Amino acid sequence: MNDFPMSASVLSYIVFLPIFTALCILLGAPARKSALCTAGLNFFFTLLGFFAYGRDEGGYQLNAVMALIPAWGLSLNFAADGLSLVMLLLTTTVTLAAVWVTPAIEKRAGLFYACIMLISAGAAGAFVSQDLFFFYAFHELALIPTFLMIGIWGSGERQKAAWQITIYLAVGSIVLLIGLIKLYLAFPPELRTFDIETLIANRDVLSAATQGGIYIWLLIGFGILISLFPFHTWAPTAYASAPTPVTMLHAGVLKKFGLYGLIRVALPLLPEGAKHWANLLLVLLVCNIIYIGLVTIAQKKVDLMLGYSSVMHMGYVFLGIAAGNVMGITGASMLMLAHGLSIAVLFAMSGEVRRLYGTLEFSKLGGIAKKHAFLGYAFGIAAFASIGLPGFANFSSELMVFFGAFSQGAIRYSTSFTPIQIATVFALWGVVISAVYMLRMYHLVFMGEPDSATTSSIQPSCTLRLPVIFLILALVVGGFFPQLFINYLKPSAQRLINEVATQTASNH
Amino acid sequence: MHQLLPALSLEIIVIVLGVLMLFAEAFAKTADRSGLARFAIFVLLCVFGFSFFTIPPPAEPTGFWRFYQIDTTALFFKRLALITTVLVLIMSLEYRSVMARFIPGVEPGHGTGEFYSLIVLICSGLMFMASAVDFTMIFVSLELVTIGFYVLVAYMRRHTQSLEAGIKYLILGALSTGFLVYGITWVFGITGETNLAKIQDKLLLGFAEHGALIGNEKALLFGVVLIMVALGFKIAASPFHLWVPDVYQGAPTPVTAFLSVGSKAAGFIILFRVLEVFLSVPVIQTKLMPLLVILAAATLIFGNLAAIPQDNLKRLFAYSSIAHAGYLLMAVVGYNSNPLGARDAIAFYMGGYLLMTLLSFLILIIVARHSRGDDISHFNGLGKRAPFLAFAMTIALASLAGIPLTVGFLGKFLAFKSAIEGGHMVLAVIAIVAVATGFYYYFRVIAAMYWQEPNDSTPIQSGLLSRISISVLAVLIIVLGVNPKPLFDKLHDQIPVISVAKH
Repeated sequence: MNDFPMSASVLSYIVFLPIFTALCILLGAPARKSALCTAGLNFFFTLLGFFAYGRDEGGYQLNAVMALIPAWGLSLNFAADGLSLVMLLLTTTVTLAAVWVTPAIEKRAGLFYACIMLISAGAAGAFVSQDLFFFYAFHELALIPTFLMIGIWGSGERQKAAWQITIYLAVGSIVLLIGLIKLYLAFPPELRTFDIETLIANRDVLSAATQGGIYIWLLIGFGILISLFPFHTWAPTAYASAPTPVTMLHAGVLKKFGLYGLIRVALPLLPEGAKHWANLLLVLLVCNIIYIGLVTIAQKKVDLMLGYSSVMHMGYVFLGIAAGNVMGITGASMLMLAHGLSIAVLFAMSGEVRRLYGTLEFSKLGGIAKKHAFLGYAFGIAAFASIGLPGFANFSSELMVFFGAFSQGAIRYSTSFTPIQIATVFALWGVVISAVYMLRMYHLVFMGEPDSATTSSIQPSCTLRLPVIFLILALVVGGFFPQLFINYLKPSAQRLINEVATQTASNH
Repeated sequence: MHQLLPALSLEIIVIVLGVLMLFAEAFAKTADRSGLARFAIFVLLCVFGFSFFTIPPPAEPTGFWRFYQIDTTALFFKRLALITTVLVLIMSLEYRSVMARFIPGVEPGHGTGEFYSLIVLICSGLMFMASAVDFTMIFVSLELVTIGFYVLVAYMRRHTQSLEAGIKYLILGALSTGFLVYGITWVFGITGETNLAKIQDKLLLGFAEHGALIGNEKALLFGVVLIMVALGFKIAASPFHLWVPDVYQGAPTPVTAFLSVGSKAAGFIILFRVLEVFLSVPVIQTKLMPLLVILAAATLIFGNLAAIPQDNLKRLFAYSSIAHAGYLLMAVVGYNSNPLGARDAIAFYMGGYLLMTLLSFLILIIVARHSRGDDISHFNGLGKRAPFLAFAMTIALASLAGIPLTVGFLGKFLAFKSAIEGGHMVLAVIAIVAVATGFYYYFRVIAAMYWQEPNDSTPIQSGLLSRISISVLAVLIIVLGVNPKPLFDKLHDQIPVISVAKH
């Protein structure tokens, strides 16, 4: 492995620039300006990354490697393929929007923006690390900033929510850590390394039983981070209490880390394990969609409802992963992007509603669309996107997930459905459920005559409009030109499937 | 590498320094003794530098070398002892105004010469412990350390808590010494040797010739278990931890830090050297391993759960110190499958533990001096009052909790790896609870610093030496957490080694 200087790649800028900015802000640099500049620069760098990436060659590019402990195979290793690039795009886009929408902070603005920068750097670092150790480590960078931000600037029962999310995620990550250590130790000493690609190349040494034993740890560990049923209880309350930028980043970006990990680590390394636990995953993801969907319908506050809806939508991504074919994985990856963008808009809007009206309860709100047309339009568009109506990125990705999953389970001349087909049928009902809760909420909160209690007449400012329009544009682009993203995502998925296939072939 | 000094001269310099400081305390004309501490810091840093240029020991251990071994592990732990002592002296300088309140009729900094001198003498004991490979040497160096601590713990004569802590430490320390001597005699009675290498030879030889242990197996195990009990006291493992909370809370804070790091590090190196001998015999290993696993599990559970309700930060750190002994024991139990990995894990963990614990104690001393109390509530609003201290404290606590990209996480990672490699999944599952609770009680301090409003807003002052140390420690925690290579290289320096284990 050659030692390239870390500065050689645009990826290292995307990861380290926010950390540097956070330090500068803590040392007294103007908080909002620096953060906004960094977020903008990072978005620009991500676009640069897309241009620099040679799609014809495929695979991992833009490498930046720094070997740390050769004896363990530990190195700081950044590289990106299509999937990583799209996740980076999600990260930098949502970060830019999150920094942008932030209203004036009354207390300790420096700490606030430094925390956002750290969360963003952690997510970006996790998405581009090709080293198991740093893949894990970067994700945890967000832990303390999240804890601080919910505790200081949150609303409602913020301290309780902060504790809940911190302890829950700590448990999740420690379970994940044990799984990863088991994975590392399952290789014979001479093959042990943290380099994910090398591990995949040597994965034939893992027997099916070993794989099963490790996969369940990873599934639970990642599952807690993704809010897989029944480990989801932290998510809605935390999202409801957290300040808007944190919710946007967490629901939009950080939660995708677990899914990304399943696609990047668990599937290619432990295909037999994934098969062994496939039915369990199907049951859990149907619970995610149907049970959480019904819970979402019962909500009476906008923020909690959005929190539950984001938990529910994870079920679709899981379905794409469970399908385990090119179309399913591509759809799942695309859905991560689409969901991240749409939930970010929704939470930005609900944050604005709370700022203007001081409450998010359905019973106290009404007719917002009449008073604040922009809020009505933007929320409506994002809600439609979230339901999965055509014209938005969510539609194309959910379609791919459903087709992928259903065709995966198809057995020729069979008269009965396979488990994954049954799960797909349930998942399709989930679309109806999301339509029910979204439209019901929209009707209650945005339509009708303005309530006398809701007398605020301040119009949302430009600081809110521009980033929201920016996010919605991205959603629409994904809806009308999904090929733009699929061209990057599909080769990654294809390579993953090939890797899985060679393993299965060599085992039989 | 140039080799200038025989290894033993490191200890000799430290002892001479300690004795000279005692003389200076007795005969010096000026009343302020803080200069003595600064001088000691300088000398100890020089000794730390010298430790990189030691002459390797003779190939065949004869005479004194049968008692005193110099290998990479020994050198590593000697350096840990030196750095710990330097930082404890810096803390003592910050602490002298508090101490003056409880020592009759003195100005801040007066009459503290013997305090500094005892710290330096204990340091020499810790350094001897790192090299001790004979039960007599182990006993003598251990007592040198323990007796020094008897005085230091009770040093604030007008402070009832300090006195109470002193008595408790004296009685329980004496008890554990008793266990140790008793255990050593049993082992000596069976094997006829006090030298660890020779004991191992005899056991293995007897095993090879007769297919069984020499002497009575139960008697030997009895002796080994007694020794383990005694060392359990030193490393604060449950159920031998009962002295820890009271003593840690009552002792002067620099002494608490010293106990928590120095005493524990030396305890672990000895525990490891002793266990290395007995675990190499399969019959004993199968009997001893379950005991060690139970010890680790109990320590993890008790240390963490009992820390939850603590409101006093020193007491919280006492329980956290027990909890960390649990993680270290997790590393020890991996010995059966990967001895080298277990040794690395312990040494690395101790190195990281030193950085984060001393950093948090240093900040605790500075904050407690201004707030006149060391409860968690005294840290309220520190993020506003002293952003630098709060930020450094956050790094220390994050590392103690084991958040990645800090040195504490790497230590935990190695401990987990060691335990899982040894096949002790039970411990790994218990450790999930332990780590999660750890997050709770360490984050309580972070929450106090950033969520709460300050009780008073007077600026907090600290000495230049402390500010430098705080910055260096905080930076090291992060840098070594991202790139542990420098610390690991020190563990794998190729110097000629006379290994205890001769297979």
